Order: sequence, then C-alpha cells, then structure tokens
Amino acid sequence: MEDIEHIEKEMKLINSDGRRLDGRSFDELRPIRIEAGVLRRADGSAYIEWGGNKVLAAVYGPREAHPRHLQDPARALVQCRYNMAPFSVSDRKRPGPDRRSVEISKVISEAFSSVVFKEQFPRTSVDIFIEVLQADAGTRCAGLTAASVALADAGVPMRDLVTSCASGKIDDVVCLDLNKDEDNFGDADCPMAIVPRTGDVVLLQMDGHLTYDEFQKAMGLSIDATKRIYEMQRDALRRRYSVTLEDILKEAPPAAAPVEPEPEQPREDDFGPEGI
Amino acid sequence: MQSSGALRPIVIPGEAVGGPGLKPGPGTYSEGGRVFAAQLGIRNEHEGLVSVIPLNGRYIPQRGDAVIGEVVDQGPSHWLVDINSPYPAPLHATESPWRVEFGDTARYLKVGDVIMCHVLSVDEIKRVQLTMQEREARRLTGGMVIEISPTKVPRVIGKQGSMVSLIMDLTGCRIYVGQNGRIWLDGDDRSAAIATMAIRLIEERAQAVGLTEAVRELIEREKGRGRGPRPS
Repeated sequence: MEDIEHIEKEMKLINSDGRRLDGRSFDELRPIRIEAGVLRRADGSAYIEWGGNKVLAAVYGPREAHPRHLQDPARALVQCRYNMAPFSVSDRKRPGPDRRSVEISKVISEAFSSVVFKEQFPRTSVDIFIEVLQADAGTRCAGLTAASVALADAGVPMRDLVTSCASGKIDDVVCLDLNKDEDNFGDADCPMAIVPRTGDVVLLQMDGHLTYDEFQKAMGLSIDATKRIYEMQRDALRRRYSVTLEDILKEAPPAAAPVEPEPEQPREDDFGPEGI
Repeated sequence: MQSSGALRPIVIPGEAVGGPGLKPGPGTYSEGGRVFAAQLGIRNEHEGLVSVIPLNGRYIPQRGDAVIGEVVDQGPSHWLVDINSPYPAPLHATESPWRVEFGDTARYLKVGDVIMCHVLSVDEIKRVQLTMQEREARRLTGGMVIEISPTKVPRVIGKQGSMVSLIMDLTGCRIYVGQNGRIWLDGDDRSAAIATMAIRLIEERAQAVGLTEAVRELIEREKGRGRGPRPS
C-alpha cells in the first residue's frame, strides 16, 4: 500500500516549469485542423483533428422529420447523434449507443437548437451526425466544433457558429484542453460551448470538482480559447469556398485575352450522383 | 484570396453585415440594431436592404415557383409529388389539366412520372399545394432530369433567362429549369451531354464574373471537339 501511494506522488501531470506531459503550458490548445465539406452525399460536412481526436461531422436537412409524430408544426427539430467508432479507443468500444453517447447527443443537439433558426422550417428536422474515429479526450468539444462548421456548410440559417472547448484541473492547476492522460488522472474536466458573438453559454458540463475560483478560471481559459477556435472554424469555411473563387480569378483574365488556355481537362471532376 | 475576398466577400453565420439604418433581408437577422449573416453566402446590398445569397441549402417552396417533381404516390383524387424539398407536395386532381374521375388518377399520372408544375400555395406551416393549370405545366416524357443545388438556380437561368436560352440556342436542347434545383433537358445524346456539362460549370462557378462567356466557350469547344475523325 505504501508503495502505491509513493508512486502516485511521483506521477506529475504538470512539472515545476508549468509544462504538461505533452509539453504544453497551462493555457495552450492542442493543434487543431478543420476541413469543411469533406463528404459528397451529406448536405454539409466537416472533419476535425484536435490533438489525437479525429472526428467527422455530417449534417442533413432541413428535411422531413421522421417519425411523423415527432414533427413540430411551429419549428424544426434539431437532432444529433454522437457515436464513437469501436476502434476509436484503445479497448474496443462496444458499438451502438450507450448511456454516455446518448447524453452527449442530447446536450449537443440542445446547444445547436439555440442557434439554428428553427422557426423558418416548421415540421422538419435538421440531423447532425458526429462520428468519433479516434478519441483522445475532449471528443464532444471536437464534435461540436466540427458539427457547427458542417451546419454552416449545409447552409442552415443560424445565429452564429458554436465553438467549444474544455478546461480542467490537473495536479491542482487549472489547465486548458486536457488530453487523455490528463483527463484520466486529473481532478476535473469541464467542457463548455459558447456562441462567440454574444458570449452565450450553450453547453456546460463538469466531471470532478472545482472550487468557485477554479471554475471561474477554467471558464476564462475556455472562453479565451474559443475565440481562437472560432477563427479556425471560419477559416475552414472560407478555404472551402475560396477554392472556387481562386479558380475564378485564374479563369477570368484568359476570358478577356484571346489565348486558348485549354483549362485543365475541362470537367474531369464532373461526376454525377453515381460518380467516383 | 484577399483580392477575391474583396470582389465577392463570403460571409459566415454570425458575421456583421450591416449597421444601423440597413434593413435585414433574406439570409440575415438583426439584433441590437445591427445586421448579421444567418447563412454562409455572399453579401448583397440593395437600396438599404442587406441580404446574404446562400451558397448552399435546401429548396423551400414559395408560391408561384415553377418546379419539376416526381410522382411518388397516388390517392383517389390526388398525387403526391416529390419536389426536392423538406415538405411533401400534393397535386389535387382538380388542379391537373385533365378531367379526372374519382379513383382514376392512375390513368393520367403514375408513380415515377416527372412533371413540370407550379406551387399553388404555401401556408404558414409550410403545407404545399401544387397546380398544373399553368400553360407550361406538363408531364415530361423523354429527356433526362439533373439535379443542382437550388441556390444556384438563378445563375443557371440568368438575367431574364439569358443563360438558359444561351445553352438552349447553342446546344439545341429543350430545357426546363425548376426553382427546386431540378433541370429537365431533352436533346440528342451529344448535345444533352454538352448542356449538362455547361450546367455543371455554372453550378460550380456560380459566383464567377463573366460566367456567360465561360459557358459559351465551353459549349463551343465541346461542340468542336470530336467533329473530325475520331481517334481509335
């Protein structure tokens, strides 16, 4: 028994220089990469890599809500399914919805239903699918961040993008964006989602314990980080649609000049719905 | 990106698109006297009205729209038509151009038939009714239907139908463009294929300047290609 206690004291999640296991400082995010419009069949989609997390989000709709009795004659439903692939974690996850994923689906759909203009599409549903391909703590935040890019990509009217980030406590230090080890061996994890323009909080959960001051600090860290993530989301969307704009710029001058450019195999990428 | 951004700025939901004094148009909303984008799209300002032209999105039926639908079900006095929108659209027998006896709907339109029709009415809970009483409404036989994003339809039609008539003139195809993003076209295989290409070009380059010229160029080049002896 003594030995175990001794080992636990040796295990340091954050060292005296304020560096964490992966070398980050307390207020540093893991590297994030977002890509919009990655799926052809979905109305909107996005893919995010957030540290070790790899998450795919797809959006359909507004479309006819099924089953019919769920339809609301006054507004659209915002439905969400958060799902983890069996291979997303080190021990195979039993496929299918479980207590945890049902809960996450619920809180995410509620976060989005406060920003989507639901009244514009009575009797329909907007369906959001979040597939976690690889998990490394903070998947709900990654999923939510990707799903909001996917919603914008689908052209669903909404007040703002939703941005999400977690912060927590490791070794009594409040830190931003915990990774897997920090989440497992840390003291608390507190994911939240905000609407950056107004600062509204649309998701707030906590696992573990934080004092009031710690919570205030965690919240401050998250809100600060969501501003950076928000820019990445916007950037992903701009990149997706600037491809066409760049092509236009390339195409526009030759249209005036009498040269025959023979543009790169005119419509090579023009496969129909059955294509590829 | 910078320069093209200045040309046709893309706005993202939540982005401010106008201050006080401007009215929020389609694709925007106002809060605290300022106007924000509600959809991903291109900002447009016209006579004090700011709107966002969406780059993506579903077709929401509006009264008077010409749409191309597929019959998916039939009742004794109506047909149910899929018009590529989130809402089911019934076409009542009395709104058809024929005198339909009760229970005799299958004689005129069968499941799978494609029709050109109009949206007769849409109420506040988006119940849609169709009509075929207009002159150009008909059952479409032959040809093919292609689907594009409904947000790109205005570009395919062009100003006063200039774009679609350009394609029709150059390819000799007969084309109907539905507001719901379905396009019916009929012609010989070759010109139909060229027309499809042209429409796909418009869809992809919907925000481009000088699109009409690009389309004309594409069609002419494609028409010229393969005229001579074919390789192999």
